[in-house]
Amino acid sequence: MDNHRQVYREEAYELLTELETGLLELEKNPHNLEIIGQVFRALHTIKGSGAMFGFDEIASFTHEVETVFDLVRDGKIEVSKDLINLSLRAKDQIKHMLDIADTEEPIDQETLNDIISSYRSYISDTPQKEAPRDLTDHVVASNQIEVTYRIRFRPKPYIFQNGTNPILLLDQLRELGECKIIAQPDAIPLIHAINPESCYVYWDIILTTKKTLDDIKDIFIFVEDCADIKIDMIDLENDLDEDESGYRLGEILVQRGDLTPSDVQHALNSQKRIGEILVEADLVNPAAVESALAEQEFIKTSRKKRRDGVVQSFVRVPSDRLDTLVNLVGELVSVQARLSRKASLKIDAELLSISEEVERLTAELRNNIMNIRMLPIGTTFNMFKRVVRDLSTELGKEAILLTEGGQTELDKTVIDQLNDPLIHIIRNCIDHGIEPPEIREKKGKSKQGIIRLCAEHSGASVLISISDDGAGINKEAVRQKAVEKGLIAQDTPISDEDMIKFIFAPGFSTSKSVSDVSGRGVGMDVVKRSIEALHGSVTVHSQPEKGTKITLKLPLTLAIIDGLLVKIGDENFVLPLAIVEECIELSQRQASAARIQNIIDFRGEIVPYINLRGLFFSSQESFQNNESAQPTLIVIVESKNGRIGLEVDHVIGQYQTVIKSLGKMYQTIPWISGATILGDGSIALIIDVNQLLKIAEYQ
Amino acid sequence: MNKSTITEKAQYLTFALGEEVFAIEVTQVREVLDYCQITRVPKAPDFMRGVINVRGSVVPVIDLRLKFGLQRSEPTVNTRIIVIEIMLEGDKTVLGAIADAVHEVMEIQPDQIEGTPSIGTRWKSDFIKGIGKHGNQFIIILDIDKIFTTDELLILESDQE
Repeated sequence: MDNHRQVYREEAYELLTELETGLLELEKNPHNLEIIGQVFRALHTIKGSGAMFGFDEIASFTHEVETVFDLVRDGKIEVSKDLINLSLRAKDQIKHMLDIADTEEPIDQETLNDIISSYRSYISDTPQKEAPRDLTDHVVASNQIEVTYRIRFRPKPYIFQNGTNPILLLDQLRELGECKIIAQPDAIPLIHAINPESCYVYWDIILTTKKTLDDIKDIFIFVEDCADIKIDMIDLENDLDEDESGYRLGEILVQRGDLTPSDVQHALNSQKRIGEILVEADLVNPAAVESALAEQEFIKTSRKKRRDGVVQSFVRVPSDRLDTLVNLVGELVSVQARLSRKASLKIDAELLSISEEVERLTAELRNNIMNIRMLPIGTTFNMFKRVVRDLSTELGKEAILLTEGGQTELDKTVIDQLNDPLIHIIRNCIDHGIEPPEIREKKGKSKQGIIRLCAEHSGASVLISISDDGAGINKEAVRQKAVEKGLIAQDTPISDEDMIKFIFAPGFSTSKSVSDVSGRGVGMDVVKRSIEALHGSVTVHSQPEKGTKITLKLPLTLAIIDGLLVKIGDENFVLPLAIVEECIELSQRQASAARIQNIIDFRGEIVPYINLRGLFFSSQESFQNNESAQPTLIVIVESKNGRIGLEVDHVIGQYQTVIKSLGKMYQTIPWISGATILGDGSIALIIDVNQLLKIAEYQ
Repeated sequence: MNKSTITEKAQYLTFALGEEVFAIEVTQVREVLDYCQITRVPKAPDFMRGVINVRGSVVPVIDLRLKFGLQRSEPTVNTRIIVIEIMLEGDKTVLGAIADAVHEVMEIQPDQIEGTPSIGTRWKSDFIKGIGKHGNQFIIILDIDKIFTTDELLILESDQE
């Protein structure tokens, strides 16, 4: 039971997101029936399944909301800004109720009743159409699959006499779902024989619907006596294994009884198109062929549509199972590397080919597993639309959020941890960046500010940029604040680029007032730290009066990184390739100068230098003085303090690094961020350069 | 002399550090490995000797001699790494402990176990569950979870500085 409740909750959270997106869309297009339908369905499912799994309070609350949207759907209530606001509140309320559903926390009845009574006021303003639907009539509608029916509706000639208009029945059928109606005129006699009070036409209808057979029969319930009605199910939704073309024309005609199989066989023997032949041979009339062709086309398209739909069906898997899988694959990669190494040492063609096969499969497996963990960032993006809407209203500004590249995929862990930093940045955009409408007008900008949220791939990283068209960062204010905080002296010459970096300093805020939103000076500093924790980086570009652009560069995944394998002393180490800029060799003379001054000359730039062997193993091993033979190797890396040169003994090369945690025992050693297992089974430690700098500074 | 807290019969793995024999409950032992090359972790406390690869997992290795304040010794043919599971801050953690030699798995009856004497031992009584008697030999039964609590690591670290 608890399991079911959990599933319901997860589903409900998803539906709520859908609901929110729908509501925000609806605000823009209040008359779009499709969106209204989407909102209604989300509400309906939350209510229905809620009642089923014992979330009675949620169900009854959602019921109130649904009732109003039912009226909206029928065009009895107009979508207004108030209604959207109220519904967003209601959505939050449902979410809150879900959050606390299995805890002791009582539901805030006051808010609840407040929202309910607001909704009821909508209903009382409009004529009540029908009693609100029963709570238990529920779920099924949305869970049902679509079925295609073939209906032949052949009224008896005297049908008009009891006052039935067959056209109205056909209209009702159209409402059930996607429907194609073909009139069959072949029974119409010559004009002099026509009795205007008789019906000669009959209809073939192809209907794809989620309704049941009984629902269709209900439509014909009053004409059962004066018409021949034949309803066949011809194409079941989930029956997808047949090929796209569906049935062939001949098969359809045979199935309908318009033709016998031998007629078809006979016709197929001649070379013309089957439809033409059949008509020519006077076996069927042209209208029947047309109708059958229509059916063929209809099934073809609806299957195709469905297949496209199937691509997006999902399996819900707990993420820890995925993590286990990723770990196993990581181990497999290590074992495979060992196998390849061993195989390459033996002169055994068969073993070699097996090992290559394993290598290929492992690589494929790894890529696939990594793909499973990838999620489009779009869902997160949509969430921010609400943030922008609420905040801009709160702050008396006008802003909209445009998103691009929502289909860009990122590791789930990365996405989960991106939420807070992005919210911080977007808040800053609205609070500091976008000016109030009247100022914007004076500046000749449109009243509504634009915030752009873009995601794109760039090699093994993803770039996420957040830009606004606001006032830009006030460099003078930043400078003053930096001086005030003692970060720089009054007259320190400093480039604009470096100046902007101050916004990442802890406790730094140029906002004069501390608002609910920003200005406490915790924002950007936290953003930077959390992005760095994801092995990413943050850059800021700002132009006065044009706006600010903040770019986050993130690795695609956290489980595997590209690393540079180096040797220091006897041990192997991995430097994340993302931060490595270059490897250079120093001549003896340069090297000894570097050792004394602890700086090197890197293309005219002065770069601090650290001898890693000295730093890591100085207590056990003194400087080995074998410098004479080998040139000194320096790896230039980008750290948060700018470029740093790290001396290593050997550079081995690029290495796909499966990151393993060192566990709790080593959490007091932050400069090693993890370990990886090399091809020969030995371990290489992964260096966290920023942390390393801290101990290097300390010494 | 305190009363021992051990009331149930259990099996213990005994091992040697210098002259003394220690024991840990066999349920906490995963496996015993021959001594192998240990990857050093730079700038870690001395007793944290480094990490090893145990079938694809990276496992930290602790030198029990250093942890207990004995002199470091060179590995011999008898040196073993005992892979144990401990609870660290509520999480199960696997680590390797270097011992000079591993003897055997034996059963010790509760009535053969005495409480820890509060004076007169070289070992901090906090780490000891009890002292077992086997023939005329004393076996120190360790409370392995307590030895490796993170707090304890921090204390040792600060001692070194």
